[in-house]
Amino acid sequence: MNYKRIGSIIRKEFLQIKRDKRTMTIIFLMPIMQLLLFGYVASTNVDHIPSVVMNNDIGTESRVLLESFANSQYFDLDYHVQSIEEIEKYIDNGDARAGIVIPPEYSEYIKSGRTAQIQLIVDGSDPTTAQAVLSSAGGVVQSMSVKITQKMLGASMPQPLDLRTRVWYNPNMDSTRFNIPGLIGVILQTVTLMLTSFSIVRERERGTMEQLIVTPITKMELMLGKVIPYVLIGFVDIVLALSLSVFWFRVPIAGSINLLLLYSVIFLVGALGVGLNISVVAKSQLEAMQLSMFMIMPNMLLSGYMFPRNAMPKFVQALGSVLPLTHFINVLRGIILKGNGLAELYKEFFILIGFGVFFIVLASKKFKKKIE
Amino acid sequence: MKQLQLWKMYLSILLKVKRDKVKMENAIEIQNLTKKFDDFLAVNNVSFNVKKGDVFGFLGPNGSGKTTVIRMIMGLISPTSGTGRVLGYDIKKDSEKIRNHIGYMSQKFSLYEDLTVDENLDFYAGVYSVPKDKLEQKKKEILEMADLVGRENMITRNLSGGWKQRLALGCSIIHEPEILLLDEPTGGVDPIARRQFWDIIYDMSKKGVTILVTTHYMDEAEHCNSLGFLYFGDILSLDTSKSIKEKVIEGDIIEIKVRNILKSIELLKSKKGVEDASVYGAGIHAMTESNIDLNQLKGYLTENNMEVYSMKKVKPTLEDVFVFLVEKERKKI
Repeated sequence: MNYKRIGSIIRKEFLQIKRDKRTMTIIFLMPIMQLLLFGYVASTNVDHIPSVVMNNDIGTESRVLLESFANSQYFDLDYHVQSIEEIEKYIDNGDARAGIVIPPEYSEYIKSGRTAQIQLIVDGSDPTTAQAVLSSAGGVVQSMSVKITQKMLGASMPQPLDLRTRVWYNPNMDSTRFNIPGLIGVILQTVTLMLTSFSIVRERERGTMEQLIVTPITKMELMLGKVIPYVLIGFVDIVLALSLSVFWFRVPIAGSINLLLLYSVIFLVGALGVGLNISVVAKSQLEAMQLSMFMIMPNMLLSGYMFPRNAMPKFVQALGSVLPLTHFINVLRGIILKGNGLAELYKEFFILIGFGVFFIVLASKKFKKKIE
Repeated sequence: MKQLQLWKMYLSILLKVKRDKVKMENAIEIQNLTKKFDDFLAVNNVSFNVKKGDVFGFLGPNGSGKTTVIRMIMGLISPTSGTGRVLGYDIKKDSEKIRNHIGYMSQKFSLYEDLTVDENLDFYAGVYSVPKDKLEQKKKEILEMADLVGRENMITRNLSGGWKQRLALGCSIIHEPEILLLDEPTGGVDPIARRQFWDIIYDMSKKGVTILVTTHYMDEAEHCNSLGFLYFGDILSLDTSKSIKEKVIEGDIIEIKVRNILKSIELLKSKKGVEDASVYGAGIHAMTESNIDLNQLKGYLTENNMEVYSMKKVKPTLEDVFVFLVEKERKKI
């Protein structure tokens, strides 16, 4: 291993990156843009659901009930109507996602201690929203029932069951807080893949590779010289993405930042290694781009970034575990949300190192100092 | 065990002495080199030697397999069959060792277009591990040789053809190789730049560098002190450029200036004693049997209403040889 030769390649790569506007855009603008876009768009928090109300009751009880619906923040009681047809109309054209129907004798029933029925109509076309409507309406009605019962019994009667819940790590169950760490991983993977997938094939296309492989440089030296500059760039990107998530999206890092950066560097070597392999195999820059596009989708889907991995069939889970990103997302979520340390994440540490070594060695084995 | 090691040491010293004693006369030795790409026979059983210190011209039309041969010498392509040695190293097994001793300039001057002149030189100096204390001196030499002094900080893309070409040459000799392989180095540059380039080649040759250069410019071939003709995968003739002409062409070359060139060529071709006739510059070169009667030939053309301005015997040029060889090969097929 001749460090001077590796150094020459690194210096040359940096000079080329510096002078290439397209690459500079990918390095600095793409992570910021993706983080902002995904950070805002990919929120699964559903609240302030536009709702339509048909209140046929004239008593005060129904007003108390509707108030507690409004106070829950989940429902915005935007429309008040008199007929079921009107409810249909609002839900049909999408102005409202939920309808609450209170029958005429509601207050009377409550006062006389009988069970009063209320109807909830849910637009089930979007299951995420429907789920939120159902569970939040259930909650509202549940607590209302308890209140009414206690009032009737003079509040002396204790509740038979009392569930005390505590949500750890993300107490408000804010989906942004959950999404951002995974998103950082996805962005880092995408950027590094795009950058390195061109690095070898570009030289082949421009004809400089022929001149380069007649020099005494070894395959491993060339691969390292190609990867190291992008590890540094990837490092800049992760710092950029983390700053944005901490200062813009207000997602604090619960664990050690240094540990997170260490993991990032290890992950980058593997992620770049994947790109390098694409570059070695591809015959043209176009092919390299297509191949890396082809890689991005499975990374998003299988890594657990979008969908929880526990919900996937076993063999799909197995597929996901051969992606470095899957393990890096575990690390990101672990450190940022839960404040995990090496003790909890030692497995990922070795797995990511393994990926790095494997992909770099594979690329240098596959690379031929030939032009056939 | 110790004894065995001692023996090994003796043996290696002996072998080394022997290798030094047998002074290799040839820098490059190629034997029966063949390359097939699927069904296409690119190089067919080519053998030749390049003597140390020679400027060896490797001639042939486009697509004749010159580049493939050079790439096989460099170890960039594995031969289908045949062997070769460069400075005693096997081209199949020792290509990494060979590369340390060879400077190579591929067809397109493959420089990094987005780097400056200086950065290109620094880069190749780095990958060839040129020592730091030698680097500045070496760079100065190359910049002067390539006439690039004052352009060190220009982006290579903005250089004109001749400068690019000389920079590419500079990059390929920064490690002071003993052999230089140049694959059509003068394609696409103007005549003045070509002249400048050949001056550099001569200088290098004087310093003892062995040079193998491919070209299809016949005037450039005249600069070489030994030649090989490659024609569609077969090597046709190998010799010094002086003897090649005398050896290959047995008859005479008659230069004819005439008014109606194409018609005259037709007439000449059907005449007994004339082997071949082709356009040459503003006239015709006819290849004839030795000592043909010029007056009789002139009479023949005049009889057929051709207006002959002049007719004289000339020394064959390399172009004549080239055309002759190619024609001969074509007739065989």
